Amino acid sequence: MKFIFEHSVEGKKAFRLEELDVPLSQIDFPQYLLRDVPPELPQVSELDIVRHYTQLEKLNHSVDSGFYPLGSCTMKYNPFINDETASYAGFSKIHPYEEEDSVQGALELMYNLQQSLCEITGMDAITLQPAAGAHGELTGMLIIRKYLLDKGFTNKTKVIVPDSAHGTNPASAKMAGFDIVQVKSDEHGLVDIQDLKMNMTDEVAAIMLTNPNTLGIFEKNICEIQKIAHEKNALLYYDGANLNAIMGKVRPGDMGFDVVHLNLHKTFSTPHGMGGPGSGPVGVKKHLSPYLPKPVVEMDIDGRYYFNNDMPLSIGKVRSFYGNFSVMVRAYTYILMMGKDGLRRASELAVLNANYMRVKLSKSFKISHENICKHEFVINGSALKEYGVKTLDFVKMLLDNGIHPPTVYFPLIVEEAMMIEPTETENKETLDNTIKVFEDILKVAKTDPQKLHDAPFNTPVRRLDETKATKDLKVRYSIK
Amino acid sequence: MDYPFLPHTEEEIGQMLESIGLKQIDDLYSDVPVLLKEELSMAPSKSEMQVREIMKELSCRNISLDDYGIFRGAGVYNHYIPSAVYQLASKRGFLTAYTPYQAEVSQGTLQMLFEYQTMICEITGMEVANSSMYDGASAMAESVLMAQRVTKKDKVLICDTVHPEYIQVTRTYTEPVNTVLELLKHDSKTGQADLQDLKAKIDDSTAAVVVQYTNFYGVIEDIKTLRENIPSHILLIVVANPISLGMLQAPGKLGADIVVGEGQCLGNNCNFGGPGFGFFASKHSYIRQMPGRIIGETLDREGKRGFVMVLQTREQHIRREKATSNICSNQAHNTLIASIYLSFLGKSGLKEVAYQCYHKAHYLAEKLMESEKFEPVFSGPFFNEFVLKSSVPVGIMNQKLLEQKYIGPLNLEKVTGRDKDCALFCATEMTKKEEIDYITSFLEAMI
Repeated sequence: MKFIFEHSVEGKKAFRLEELDVPLSQIDFPQYLLRDVPPELPQVSELDIVRHYTQLEKLNHSVDSGFYPLGSCTMKYNPFINDETASYAGFSKIHPYEEEDSVQGALELMYNLQQSLCEITGMDAITLQPAAGAHGELTGMLIIRKYLLDKGFTNKTKVIVPDSAHGTNPASAKMAGFDIVQVKSDEHGLVDIQDLKMNMTDEVAAIMLTNPNTLGIFEKNICEIQKIAHEKNALLYYDGANLNAIMGKVRPGDMGFDVVHLNLHKTFSTPHGMGGPGSGPVGVKKHLSPYLPKPVVEMDIDGRYYFNNDMPLSIGKVRSFYGNFSVMVRAYTYILMMGKDGLRRASELAVLNANYMRVKLSKSFKISHENICKHEFVINGSALKEYGVKTLDFVKMLLDNGIHPPTVYFPLIVEEAMMIEPTETENKETLDNTIKVFEDILKVAKTDPQKLHDAPFNTPVRRLDETKATKDLKVRYSIK
Repeated sequence: MDYPFLPHTEEEIGQMLESIGLKQIDDLYSDVPVLLKEELSMAPSKSEMQVREIMKELSCRNISLDDYGIFRGAGVYNHYIPSAVYQLASKRGFLTAYTPYQAEVSQGTLQMLFEYQTMICEITGMEVANSSMYDGASAMAESVLMAQRVTKKDKVLICDTVHPEYIQVTRTYTEPVNTVLELLKHDSKTGQADLQDLKAKIDDSTAAVVVQYTNFYGVIEDIKTLRENIPSHILLIVVANPISLGMLQAPGKLGADIVVGEGQCLGNNCNFGGPGFGFFASKHSYIRQMPGRIIGETLDREGKRGFVMVLQTREQHIRREKATSNICSNQAHNTLIASIYLSFLGKSGLKEVAYQCYHKAHYLAEKLMESEKFEPVFSGPFFNEFVLKSSVPVGIMNQKLLEQKYIGPLNLEKVTGRDKDCALFCATEMTKKEEIDYITSFLEAMI
């Protein structure tokens, strides 16, 4: 389809301002600071714009259009009410530098959300400032760094990350100034305790874990792991990407984690919006709370809410203002709707759905590990090689069936991985249909593998040449 | 209990458990130690009707720009947003899609981002742009880290007239990596960067100089002259207000190496400060050092044009700790809002908005000065914000203005910790002459 720029006709407009109602002022700065050539923005009509973006929207797969079992991404249904409340003028049209007394409703919402998230995670204090999960990880690692330095641990320069971890974990720890030590997973898909012990030196500042891990398996040795960490004065960091498995069932705080980040855009159903905006709150235990980014929202004895900026030990700020507020509004709306009972039920059903698919699919596919999983599981697609196809080929045919592929080639420790997270909002019919589609594609792989190499057929574009995209790097439209 | 978002009937749950070979839901958690014995200490679930009431009530306890005029900006601006912008952006195929990892079913997202990158390049005068950062502050912080990667040097000079929150965020980001951050003074008369101080502080270890254009105090920095005073191997990072670039020369034409900034003003609601988005543009030669996702054009196997994420080997999901940044989720949906907004404005609209901001702010300044209750603080040229010293405490003035249904200027001291009795005024195309006349005569009578 055309670019918006290709609809341009010189002189066409979709925008009309009020006529200027004040006298013209002199331009009192040097001519060279005055723009000579205007930016080549589209010159189109309102309907041109409406048609363009309406067509673009149709090219996307989305949760609303079909099943989206993308592992570790928690593509659950995003309730419309979230967007309605976020659009209220009292939330969307307020300025961050308004006086506190002018925005008591917003502050109360943030305060209540902080309280709810503390309760869900079992932590003592929380910041809502980070804008996304990875941003939360960076924030958490900076908190750990500053805390340990203040305690006099100047030699703690390393962070342990399992080989099954999300890529953001090592990247975030690195940005916070740490060196990365990778520990192995054992044959059950769990952190290899022996390997962990071997790497657990005095130089280790923290262990970053996802629990359940990216194989969807609960790290049942978590109590031992937390002991190993704390004995060496290292802290335990919880990557909340997989929190959707455990709400109301078990809490990171109770497992011994010191720092937790959450992804409100995953677990709390605020939409992903094509990859953002997210929100990545970070919860900590009491001893770390002075290090949170400032400000945090607090309530005084008169029940008035305020921003506490008086935090001398704070790591500082990780973004401007207070975070992605309208994402917080959505998450809070969802938490109110679900309540303690609904959140617990959501996690239970997310785990039920994953296990149902795991067991059904295990009849035809190799699952990375045969234990009960939590909210997701991983197919080992190496058997496909027998038919001369890869996981990538396999999932491209899912696209033709209106199903978004699972996360592929991750976690790195499973060959030809397909990581499936159905979420709790999908019904049995969808799961059954998907299981059948998987089995049907497997049959095609056996009988007509070329078809998989050629897939997808029915998508807006066929397979794209990624090598060309990098070789002939073209990252903007050349106007005229 | 009925939950609208949970589709399972009790019968189905029973069937599914049976398929798994389990008796009850709790069996799914049999491997979990430290299970909660009690329910969470939170409210129980509610109906949508109840939740709507609660949220409406909370929202009504905030003063919104629908009901109040505003003379405050300082990084977040109240511009006119055409009705179709949010309605189009709220289409669920945008809202409920994930990161475009499967390109064949994400062409809507990918083409939109490619067009967005183009628009950012056009506005900033730069060659390449990524597909967004969290906000202006984190974009600036990442630009400083990138400048260090490009130059292999560790000292960065930041004009002290850059938004104080951006400087704070940059401090947080650079603290662990031994960056030497030094602040450059501003000329106390003009409010522009002090070139003498620049000359004194710039040396062989300098990686970059960061300037905000227009700066936090509203003053238009002369980045051409600044560039002329910086050796060419040292990067010039410009933090820009994209609306102002409808009137002001593109930083790319004045020698900027990296241009970043906050994109909220491009069609996004104020949202209490977030989400907006950070834009990030640079020279092509630095593209492999850029953080964040970049979208590129290619062909499918039938020769049809399509788009994919490119140079992913810079990113964390491929390169892990060797990535250029840890950023994963960005602010894609806010760039959609900006793209639609910029399509509305078009080639002439951005200029018109910028010029209106300029003229209205200058009229506001003139009227306030006529009242003889204020003194100018800086003589340098300004765009749509300016600082005046007030003869009454800014807090008291703002309280009185609030009673008149106006959100007054920013009390600078509250944000910068200095600048006592100084107020940062802002006008945009939304500011009406009658509002300006009203508040200036009100203040004249009040003070």
